[in-house]
Amino acid sequence: MIGPVIDILLLSFMIVIALAVVRMRDLFGVAMLVSLFSLLCAGVFTVMDAADVAFTEAAVGAGISTILMLATLTRTARRERRRASGVSILPLTVVCITGALLVFGTSDLPRLGDPDAPIHKHVADRYLQRSGEEIGIPNVVTSILASYRGYDTLGETAVIFTAGIAVIALLGLRRRRPRPARRREGNDALGETTVVSTAAVADEPVQGRPEKGGDG
Amino acid sequence: MFTAAAVAILITMVLAVTRAILGPTVYDRIVAVNMFGTKTVLIIAVVAFLKGRYDLLDIALAYALINFIGIVAVLKFFEYGEFSRGGRGRP
Repeated sequence: MIGPVIDILLLSFMIVIALAVVRMRDLFGVAMLVSLFSLLCAGVFTVMDAADVAFTEAAVGAGISTILMLATLTRTARRERRRASGVSILPLTVVCITGALLVFGTSDLPRLGDPDAPIHKHVADRYLQRSGEEIGIPNVVTSILASYRGYDTLGETAVIFTAGIAVIALLGLRRRRPRPARRREGNDALGETTVVSTAAVADEPVQGRPEKGGDG
Repeated sequence: MFTAAAVAILITMVLAVTRAILGPTVYDRIVAVNMFGTKTVLIIAVVAFLKGRYDLLDIALAYALINFIGIVAVLKFFEYGEFSRGGRGRP
């Protein structure tokens, strides 16, 4: 059937995009690709019937963090600095060993959707049998997150909201006029920096310079 | 029929990912990401019909909204360098 094919293709898209993100030096393209990765991740979650996790991923990953990354890009450089080429043996070894351990650890995990898994032995039966009449939401995961563990979700929302406010306060997404440098006020220097770096981001399409993406 | 639609959408997704990775200009990437978001919406809708889970259609609609707002924000940001400005012209 087409179902597994969709799963496999979505997951291979994610792998390809992740590799491209690592290889690419143009940070605007990287931000776009990370947004794409997030959207794909949300699609995979949706296909796996975790609708509200997917929704969070799409709103936070594809929506907010892309914008925050772009806002950060206007404060920093547009392209990543070239590193010295060559393979570092020690980090590669550490990463390979960690990955092998993780893959080895998954061999003990129960299969996806296994009804005999330990996590399905505790309260899952009650959720599955009673949540329809108790909560009235067709998706069991949504009824657990939004109602049975509602306070938990409220706490998470408060944490994310606070983090968002902190990031906005750091980046300063407010109206900022380019001021002439005649006055010296407290935040004048910051305003000038914004204008300069904005021009650095925006000059690419104006000059029509073809940029080379995906170079290693 | 839904299988054929799914195959067609997946092929389009492959093309969009290729364009998003290869570039070469910023606008190629933006259009590719926008198109990929649309295809994600479509593939979710097709999966909803394949599995008979019609409540996924609501999520597909919400994705379409998020995709639209995200792309508009990216374009506005790229044009003006900030979010809080409208109108025309550069500083």
